[in-house]
Amino acid sequence: MSDNFSFQLWRYEGEPGELIPLLQSAQNHFGYIPRRAIRYISGVTGIPESDIYGVITFYSQFRLRPTGKLHIRACDGTACHVSGSRLIIETIEDELGISVGDTTEDGLFTLHTVACIGCCSLAPVIMINDETHGNLNPASLRKLLRKIRRREERTEVTASSHGR
Amino acid sequence: MKKVVVGMGTCGMSAGAQAVYDKLQDLAAGTPGACELTISGCIGMCYAEPMVEIREDGSRVFYGNVTPQRAEEIFRSHVQDDEPLTEDEIVYLEKADGTVGGTEAAFLAQQQRIVLRNCGTINPESIEDYENAGGYRGLRKALLEMTPEGIIQEMKDSGLRGRGGAGFPTGLKWSFTAGHEADRKYVVCNADEGDPGAFMDRSVLEGDPHAVLEGMIICGRAVGSDFGYIYCRAEYPLAVRRLNMAIDAAREKGYLGENILESGFNFDVKIRQGAGAFVCGEETALFASIEGKRGMPRIRPPFPAEKGLWQKPTNNNNVETFANVAWIIDRGAAAYASFGTEKSKGTKVFALAGKTAHGGLVEVPMGTTINDLVFKIGGGIKKGGTFKAVQMGGPSGGCIPAALGDTPVDFENIPATGAIMGSGGMVVLDESTCMVEMARFFLEFTQSESCGKCTFCRIGTLRMFEILERIVNGEGQPDDIDKLSSLGGQIKEASLCGLGQTAPNPVLTTLRYYLDEYRAHIEDKSCPAGVCTALVDFHIDPEKCTGCGLCAKNCPVQAISGEPKKVYVIDNSICTKCNRCVTSCSFDAVYKR
Repeated sequence: MSDNFSFQLWRYEGEPGELIPLLQSAQNHFGYIPRRAIRYISGVTGIPESDIYGVITFYSQFRLRPTGKLHIRACDGTACHVSGSRLIIETIEDELGISVGDTTEDGLFTLHTVACIGCCSLAPVIMINDETHGNLNPASLRKLLRKIRRREERTEVTASSHGR
Repeated sequence: MKKVVVGMGTCGMSAGAQAVYDKLQDLAAGTPGACELTISGCIGMCYAEPMVEIREDGSRVFYGNVTPQRAEEIFRSHVQDDEPLTEDEIVYLEKADGTVGGTEAAFLAQQQRIVLRNCGTINPESIEDYENAGGYRGLRKALLEMTPEGIIQEMKDSGLRGRGGAGFPTGLKWSFTAGHEADRKYVVCNADEGDPGAFMDRSVLEGDPHAVLEGMIICGRAVGSDFGYIYCRAEYPLAVRRLNMAIDAAREKGYLGENILESGFNFDVKIRQGAGAFVCGEETALFASIEGKRGMPRIRPPFPAEKGLWQKPTNNNNVETFANVAWIIDRGAAAYASFGTEKSKGTKVFALAGKTAHGGLVEVPMGTTINDLVFKIGGGIKKGGTFKAVQMGGPSGGCIPAALGDTPVDFENIPATGAIMGSGGMVVLDESTCMVEMARFFLEFTQSESCGKCTFCRIGTLRMFEILERIVNGEGQPDDIDKLSSLGGQIKEASLCGLGQTAPNPVLTTLRYYLDEYRAHIEDKSCPAGVCTALVDFHIDPEKCTGCGLCAKNCPVQAISGEPKKVYVIDNSICTKCNRCVTSCSFDAVYKR
């Protein structure tokens, strides 16, 4: 990941409207907004940390906790809802043993719901990082999650054996 | 030479268009001179994505649901050997003489495309494509041949009304901002399309970003502003990328920046990405968000035309409104006003989704009936279901029952049903949708998206949500219906912005048309649609059960019994309705009734 965050801070010219873009690039850089990023931003912009915290917690995009390696965003928009997205979300929770908002213990999956991804004709839909998976049912979803988990475990084994 | 076009909107990409494109790129590279490979936005047939179009000498042939393998067949047969696949494999075709055909021709036949004029036709990443399609002609005319007053008059004459939902006359709005003197004025484009189930603006931004830019520049000239913001939803990364490309290209060509087309007029644009707050679709909240604050609305007056963004006169329109502007200036107000009804001129884009057979994006003249949209264009209901209702306007809108299917869709007739036009989301519902649960779903959404400023919206929507929760859980009380309607009325009265003023609509319209479903939940403790888990029993379909035993293994209370390879049975007196049998069955054999 390129360090766009420091660049943006360095370029900051005093326009208060830059706060949200700064927070977005901090989140892109760290994967979430760590305490120290809030401190940097406050130092550069002069906006009190409390105000920045207020803005962060107002918008649903910002996260104060890191996510897992794979970020599942399950769509619960209207079209997905009438096509059974509740069942899809319950299946993910059951398969991974976590609730919406949580991360699995191995740090692999984080689950969030979103209001609409905008590919309603593929409902019900989930996104795993940047990949979209549509027309799901509980069985195909479990298969998909297991396949991904196996793939991740394999790459991990290969990576660690290479490490040695 | 043949042109091979792959539809690369978000809908196409998520259906696998990238793999199809890569395959075609390999094939094209292997046979130099065979074709020119390019991309386009979405033509609207999201249900047939990924789509590949072969264009030659004015004819267009579209293939749908293309896999990389099929792409190879199409390439070998149609592109190389000049032999199109059989007619029933072509979803749409347009011959040079204007005749049309293909299995899905009905989807496009009823449409009148003004906003979507270039979507699915031009390469959105090429400014030359846009210019060749007549792009920036409207801007040239506006800057070099018209006065600001003349532009505003043209907009008034066209009868265009704001497409974000409220339907305020656009020309009139522009004249307000133009009438206020200030050292700086702003043009804002609201691209914070938040209604779940609506994706019109995304498709326009991805498929024809220059049309939106051109509309904004013309607006800047008319109202006397030299700077614009596009406030785009964070969930639309592709739209933001294409907009950025469009802005750079327009700057390079002299359509943005200083002394545009040597007219002495300056205008520039900046993109701001939203951060996920539904209320920011409300204009004063949107301004607060651009200013870097919590996106909370404020009291009007002063109206944005006098004090908007950074306390300066501001004109705010949504994406679809701006996408109409250049067409109107170029072709004239009368041409635009020839479409639509007496009070609602022009066309409207709708996102058809839900149980429709043909989910996608359609643009029709105002006044087209709901039935035409659902049946003639949408192809009826998926899997042979029965049409029950349409949900229009998202969480701010309402449900219109099938019995009112003859209602013309315009700014007069839709509000009369209790729903709203909204920005164009149209979710089709069938008999498997429980209307009470639907209302609960929307209230859950608005309740969590309420910014918290007004008491009635903050607490009132929560109370309504709690009441709906207990009704779907079978704990509804006899006076709940009265409570819902009185709370609904109060929230509408006592909220500052559009979010609170419309939040009760999904409940109030379902109470109006589906009161018996509410009664069934409260009095008989039953859910007629078989959706509300607490009110139904779980059963195993003997036809589908293979006797694998997975449900029994997953049942936490041992309510499921049976032997391997025989049909399993659920004992509903033990069952806690946790749903695990449903989510664990690979054969769709567990059903609720």
